[in-house]
Amino acid sequence: MKPFGPLGVGDNVMDVTPHRTALWCVVALVAVGCTSTSKTPSPSAAPTVATLVLPDTGWSEDQRALHALRRLAYGPSPQDWAEVRRSGVAHWMALQLHPQHLPDDAVAARLEPLSTLRLSTEELMTRYPPLRQQARELGFPLESPEDRRELAMMLGTDALPRRVSADLMAQKLIRAVESRHQLQEVLVDFWFNHFNVSAEKGPVRWMVTSYERDAIRPHVFGRFRDLLGATARHPAMLFYLDNWTSVRDGFEPLRRGRLPPAFRKNARGLNENYARELLELHTLGVDGGYTQEDVREVARVFTGWSLNRPRLAPAFVFRADAHDPDEKRVLGSPIASGGEKEGEQVLDMLARHPSTARFLATKLARKFVSDEPPATLVDRLAQVFLDSDGELRAVYAALFTSPEFWSDAAWSAKTKTPLELVASSLRALGGTTDGGPPLARAVERMGEPLYRAPAPTGYPEHATPWVNAGALVSRLNFALALAADRVRGTEVDVKTLLPRPWPEDTGTLVDTLALRLLYEPLSPQTRATLLAALEPGEDGRMPDGEVRPVDLRRAAGLLLGSPEFQKQ
Amino acid sequence: MPLARRSLLKSASLSLLGLTALPPFLARAAEALPTGRRKVLVTLFLRGGADGLSLVPPVGDPDYHRLRPNLALGAPGTGDGSALRLDDTFGLHPGLAPLLPWWKEGALAAVHAVGLPQPVRSHFDAQDFVESGTPGVKATRDGYLNRALAALPTEATASAFRAVALQPTLPRALAGDAPALALESLERFRLLAPGRTGPISFDSLYAAAVDEALRSTGLETSSALSHVADKRLADQPPHHGAAYPRSPLGRRLQDLARLIHADVGLQLAATESGGWDTHILQGRERGPFTQRAKDLGESLAAFATDLGPRLEEVLVVVLTEFGRTARENGNRGTDHGTGGTVLLLGGKVRGGRVLGPWKGLAEPYLLDGRDVPSLTDLRAVLAEALMTHCGLATTEPVFPGLGSPPTLPGLLGG
Repeated sequence: MKPFGPLGVGDNVMDVTPHRTALWCVVALVAVGCTSTSKTPSPSAAPTVATLVLPDTGWSEDQRALHALRRLAYGPSPQDWAEVRRSGVAHWMALQLHPQHLPDDAVAARLEPLSTLRLSTEELMTRYPPLRQQARELGFPLESPEDRRELAMMLGTDALPRRVSADLMAQKLIRAVESRHQLQEVLVDFWFNHFNVSAEKGPVRWMVTSYERDAIRPHVFGRFRDLLGATARHPAMLFYLDNWTSVRDGFEPLRRGRLPPAFRKNARGLNENYARELLELHTLGVDGGYTQEDVREVARVFTGWSLNRPRLAPAFVFRADAHDPDEKRVLGSPIASGGEKEGEQVLDMLARHPSTARFLATKLARKFVSDEPPATLVDRLAQVFLDSDGELRAVYAALFTSPEFWSDAAWSAKTKTPLELVASSLRALGGTTDGGPPLARAVERMGEPLYRAPAPTGYPEHATPWVNAGALVSRLNFALALAADRVRGTEVDVKTLLPRPWPEDTGTLVDTLALRLLYEPLSPQTRATLLAALEPGEDGRMPDGEVRPVDLRRAAGLLLGSPEFQKQ
Repeated sequence: MPLARRSLLKSASLSLLGLTALPPFLARAAEALPTGRRKVLVTLFLRGGADGLSLVPPVGDPDYHRLRPNLALGAPGTGDGSALRLDDTFGLHPGLAPLLPWWKEGALAAVHAVGLPQPVRSHFDAQDFVESGTPGVKATRDGYLNRALAALPTEATASAFRAVALQPTLPRALAGDAPALALESLERFRLLAPGRTGPISFDSLYAAAVDEALRSTGLETSSALSHVADKRLADQPPHHGAAYPRSPLGRRLQDLARLIHADVGLQLAATESGGWDTHILQGRERGPFTQRAKDLGESLAAFATDLGPRLEEVLVVVLTEFGRTARENGNRGTDHGTGGTVLLLGGKVRGGRVLGPWKGLAEPYLLDGRDVPSLTDLRAVLAEALMTHCGLATTEPVFPGLGSPPTLPGLLGG
């Protein structure tokens, strides 16, 4: 499909006078702009950030703005659309790459009540212990599901571990919808998924808050090596992929000494799980040129990378006596005996490996450009990765200034994941959310329970697994409920999207609403379907000539459930 | 035709084209049925590690009573709450009593000492390995049922109901590139449109989608929605006077039977039941375990009654991630073990007996001195169900490394 300018291209907008459309846009955007400039510094006052030079691929500035908001953000919101238009696409993108220059106080205030986000894993485990432990301490019998429910009711959600997961999901949803640091949120999701751990596995549930906050978030604009190192040492990863119980062959835990019982029980020789996923999923990629022998050698290198008190106060510890002291050979290079340092040496080697560069370049290009990204782009990004020694910001910049990113083949080429669909729907409506369980459940129903992807592969980035009949029904039902303001904890008002007075005929009204939500004209088919679903009468006029009140919420719901809105 | 093209593209990308042409003896099963009727495989996952030694207790084994002084069920005829007789060694938990008629008529069998090839005692990892179908390999993206779906022969007309999970989200086993549908319930499988104006046409909303996958899936969805609505599937009463318990499992199996009766093209179905992780005060003939067993027994018996003669087209495999320790623990419960128990209902199961190797519970036969070992690979059980019942030609893409062809345990007869 040949892309067209998203706004104000008269030929493609059925029944809409281009001038009228454009005028309404201006009115609406100026109004939004005024309210937001009072809170945020104007672009000229912002610190200088080297702007990006975008290649000319024949796209209009509007089209670029829309594409940038669909890829570097969770879709356009009225505020961000205004901001991109005001500061210019290139400048907005540059700021997204340097979010430290962009104040985000409103979101900080929204996150304030989610107090568990600021606690250490130890504090979380102490304050929100498992139900079974609380029952034991209270002497409460826990024999049946009814007992569990009763105790949970007595204690209240604020004392239960689910509070930890609920806060974590809430911050993710709030940030995706409302943060000004949109690219940062997209990247935190991307890298978490790249280094996936699942909250479903035992005590990982209490570790995920710190994992995202301390291991992922600080490094998404930094060096890949730092991200890799932070995940390698984090208790969540050490537990999730079992490395904490991986010990040299023949290791016997001391009879005395304070060892975690689970370590004593499970530390029986080499566990290759972390080593294998480190090579296959975190760095080189499955075709990255390593052998099973390398997996084994890397596992030997990481013997002794373990945890203290995994269920009470998990912390990294290197157990020298569990470490295999003999020489190893990884990818053809000898690793001299060096205890804990061997692991760091291998991480250095992997982070700089050409296969890693290619693997990460492919994943980033698939995320930001298309499911089957052009090889030329992957080659170039891999080279930037190697030349910059894994400076991620340099790779992103190369990606966002590439002609492939701005190509017709990339336009609307990605199918939204459930999280992307939910966040972009709220943003399109200009809504706000507390990120509470009803919204998280909506994402789950579409197939993406947050923080609970079971496999270390994380959730798929390509479209097919997300497109199935059950998911489409869930998507459309969510859209209809959301637009009708029937999702608890979330507030939207469709009426604010339209200029007053409302356009007179249904056709114009639908077209205007479509431009506000999709930022481009509707396909004739979707438009016809919408009109049919909105007005049983011939042209929306009652017999007395009165205009029939149009069900705006339903129109908005159908727009958000339309095939067009599933793409970005 | 868009649907066929879509599945073709998928098959091609998985290099499975060669597998769609089946040897005639395997295709027979599927062909013998009227249009829209296929052999159906139902997997019912007991989450939490169900205690097989309580479901089908070896009441004739003195070691069983020695290892479980507080939990062992009494031998048949030893009073209230004793096990029901199956053979000289095994009994059936009284909670499963509603299933006894099917056992007697040879439509129900149990397999003991089934599990993953290596012991994995974490729920998370064991469930993951069972559902990915690749024990020991963590990075497998899709589930074994999804790969089976891609490898099974299809008919010219695709159905959105070909693979259905009766639960709110797709289980790991069905996740992947082949389209599968998660149904919370038939009642909720509809568009919930607030407001007052005319009906919403899913069909026309998606008919002109530029995106091919969205368009074809949209059409499938639309036909599935209208099928459920037009035939009022959610309101269909059970056949043959079946009475389902009002539990989540009962409701799910009732919906499943409705789909089977309606001939919607169902081939693979998955559902689950939770609460089997009985560490503390598990109970003997009363208590939490018995509650779960009763729910399972009543739900399955209602399902089998409802299907009537059609039970022969349907094979239910009841599985779990691991069995539990042979010995009871200090809290009158049991801990995570290794070999567990599978129940097989329907199809051409060699029923009325306990199948698979079994060595008893004497000390030397226990794995690590504590668990029933895994003597039958769970993948081989599932492989036999997929090959013999559903007509899968090769299990290599479904269970890589299981052996090609795999050695089947011989649970299903002709």
